[in-house]
Amino acid sequence: MTRFLLTRALLLVLGLAVASVLIFLALRLLPGDVAQVIAGTDATPERLAAIRDSLGLERPLPVQYGEWIGGLLRGDLGNSVVTGTPVAGEIWEKAQVTLPLALLSMLIGLAIAGPLGVAAALRRGRPAGFALSGGAQALAAVPVIWAGMLLVIVFSLWLGWLPAQGFPRAGWSDPGAALRSLLLPALTIGIVEGAAMLRFVRSATLGVMGQDFVRTAAAAGRTRTGALLSHGLPSVALSIVSVLGIQVAGLLVGTVLVENLFTLPGIGRMLVADVGNRDLTKVQSEILVLTAIVLIIGTLVDVVHRLLDPRQREVAR
Amino acid sequence: MNPLRKLFRHPAGLFGAIVVAVLVLSALVSLVWTPHDPVFTDSARRWLAPTWAYPFGTDNSGRDIFSLIVAGSRVTVLVAVGSALGAGILGLLLASLGALTRRWVREGVAVLIDVLIAFPTLLIAMLLAAAWGGSLLVVIVAVSIGFGVNIARVTRPEIRAVLAADYVLAARASGIGSLGILRRHVIPNILPVLIVQLSWGMAIAILAEAGLSYLGYGAPADTPSWGRLLSELQTYIGIQPLSVLWPGAVITITVLGFNLLGDGLRDVTDPTLADPILSETVPASNAPVSPAAAAGATSDSSARETEPAHITPVSPDATEAASISETPETQEGTR
Repeated sequence: MTRFLLTRALLLVLGLAVASVLIFLALRLLPGDVAQVIAGTDATPERLAAIRDSLGLERPLPVQYGEWIGGLLRGDLGNSVVTGTPVAGEIWEKAQVTLPLALLSMLIGLAIAGPLGVAAALRRGRPAGFALSGGAQALAAVPVIWAGMLLVIVFSLWLGWLPAQGFPRAGWSDPGAALRSLLLPALTIGIVEGAAMLRFVRSATLGVMGQDFVRTAAAAGRTRTGALLSHGLPSVALSIVSVLGIQVAGLLVGTVLVENLFTLPGIGRMLVADVGNRDLTKVQSEILVLTAIVLIIGTLVDVVHRLLDPRQREVAR
Repeated sequence: MNPLRKLFRHPAGLFGAIVVAVLVLSALVSLVWTPHDPVFTDSARRWLAPTWAYPFGTDNSGRDIFSLIVAGSRVTVLVAVGSALGAGILGLLLASLGALTRRWVREGVAVLIDVLIAFPTLLIAMLLAAAWGGSLLVVIVAVSIGFGVNIARVTRPEIRAVLAADYVLAARASGIGSLGILRRHVIPNILPVLIVQLSWGMAIAILAEAGLSYLGYGAPADTPSWGRLLSELQTYIGIQPLSVLWPGAVITITVLGFNLLGDGLRDVTDPTLADPILSETVPASNAPVSPAAAAGATSDSSARETEPAHITPVSPDATEAASISETPETQEGTR
């Protein structure tokens, strides 16, 4: 187990290192002058010089990279080239919208995928099962932005139940209002991601239903559903853990799109604006933070999976 | 039986094939003809209700929405084909490097694939857009990288399986070099898996184009595109909510079409499904809770907003048919 943890940790660090190099190079090996890209074509020579100086563009690439990473390790993500404000503080502030949104979306997705996925497996080959898996297949093909627009039309424009966009200026000091403004966005991601997850849960459940222990329980007099629910669910739950790891990236991409659709002040909306402003230092740190979230959650899921699954513990010993 | 005929007998595959055929046809026809000029604006015909002349109505500046969608299919086809080509080439290149070369190169490529797979395609696109500005080329390159890595991961074990075969040994013994073996034995053998993957990849490319054009980093302002149209119509969602139905529905049906075409192709080309006796011997439960699931969890995550199901070793349908693309991957992960 220790060896497994060490290997996973090492792989995570290696992954983060490779990711940071790729991000850094993608933004530095530009066609032409980095300062020119940031400032635009009509920039004065003084402004260009100021940008070059603040970014240290005259120094060799490895030195620039080292300074960025050194700052990262101290919790300093650099300053915006455009506004001069520290990036770390802003990311933390925006995370207070993005993280609850991602969490809420995940819960909604699980609430949909878990029960319906098991039901789709139990009703396999019957009309209800076909409707469930067919519906999930179709829903998973829906563009997230369109799903959001449809929900806005129904729940904001027609029913008037929930706000169509924005986040309360007071933030989480009014939790009710904050939650209300996150509900439609989270529902948007949750439904589309839930549809994708449903298919995993269905196939995991089908797999468990074929296992000997479920068959034995059924042979001993339980109904097929009863045998699955009493003996098979731990295995199904285990597979849901791995599905979560796979879906993290989908959730994050969903938040980027949905925050723009619902004008929520989160990391995704900030990233899109910064890309438009060519604020390279911010973009660089934001993308690394998002990638790190994916890699770290992936590792955690791996570890949790290993801890929960007695079969893998056997192998580890 | 002829694989094409088998595909047409597969309901999902037939649906997918029809959708793709209609898409390609409308893209071709739109080059010479659309019902109305898709960029012609006329304030006298703003927000017309759907009629025979304007089947989906008109938008705020009087453009015919149906013509915009027909013309937008060009961008969709361009992005889908461009991404599939890019992803296929990059994927095969990485997979061959990961299977044919010396051990340290192989290991390096494996780490690179694992890291790149953790980058969601949308983030790759944003990174490229920050450096180069948004364009369709950025969308194509981003999907090529994002999905190419997936193709590499799925085909690498396939390639290794082919390389381990006796006939490859025989070919080597008769003096055929690595490139010759790649061309003569490896590529023909993995082609079915590759085509299935590319079909799913095109679905991802279409969703990526829609999302990025919506954010303003995809199709340029004067080019009709489905994602762009969606974002333009969204501005007036308070006035004409139902107009957003059309482009969204068209994107959904097209993505579904490519996904189902991929499913159909997989079922048709998969020998474990084609032969009922063989499919009985496939253990019904090897995929879902295997360690590969955990391995996939850390690594597999590009373009995840759509059909993660297909690109991961734990395919949702894996229990029913451990397809040729997934089974070796599962073993790989277990090792």
